[in-house]
Amino acid sequence: MRLSQLDRRRLLAIYLGGVAGALLRVGLAQAAPVGPGGWPWATFAVNMAGALLLGYFFALFRDHPDESLHHPFLGTGICGTLTTFSTMQLELFELVDGGRLGLAAGYCAATLALGYLCVRAGIDLERRQGVAR
Amino acid sequence: MTPLGWIAVGLLGGAAAAARFLIDAAIHARYSAPFPLGIFAVNIAGALALGLVAGAALHGQALIIVAGGGIGSFTTFSTWILDSHRLGQAGLARIAWLNIGVSLVVGFAAVAFGHWLGGAL
Repeated sequence: MRLSQLDRRRLLAIYLGGVAGALLRVGLAQAAPVGPGGWPWATFAVNMAGALLLGYFFALFRDHPDESLHHPFLGTGICGTLTTFSTMQLELFELVDGGRLGLAAGYCAATLALGYLCVRAGIDLERRQGVAR
Repeated sequence: MTPLGWIAVGLLGGAAAAARFLIDAAIHARYSAPFPLGIFAVNIAGALALGLVAGAALHGQALIIVAGGGIGSFTTFSTWILDSHRLGQAGLARIAWLNIGVSLVVGFAAVAFGHWLGGAL
């Protein structure tokens, strides 16, 4: 696969953001482990934080030129990697498998609803900051 | 977790992010539908893989590195939700809802199937 210099720089920016996002997520998960049948706090926290940040960065860099590395690093790299879909699915599965159907439904609904609100809040926050500038 | 384990998480996490981007870009280049097929494919593949790893009872540091550093980094929640928000803003609410609903259902099926497969190995 031939990559232009921009592609390579973009990939490097994504890679570095990914390193940070992964360490943050796994670090939090290890620092605050959740037992089986408990609310998956660590995953929930990083998913909400990442959604908020991504909304903000998406709005902030929307008009940046193509060559800008801000979104690859902060958006795709950090936010994209700080948050996780697979871990959430496994947690849902384990809750269901453990008979905690109510908790599973609640966790799923809260993740989606609050996640969406966080994305919107991030975008709105950037807009308000832009107006104030 | 040993220091080397943390290094592995970081290095693998970065690679997973890059892989996510490349796969999403490749799929988007081939199929230009408004439905975010690239992220969908990445997330479902990751759910399947994570189910497999969990079902196979990988444990300890190896589990943290592979599941957290690798697969967890590969899939993404934020991009998935932002995509639906943007679809809604573009007047494509139905696709926005499909993105959420189909990803959830297929994702859960994938992790469940992976888990069963991993246990059967």
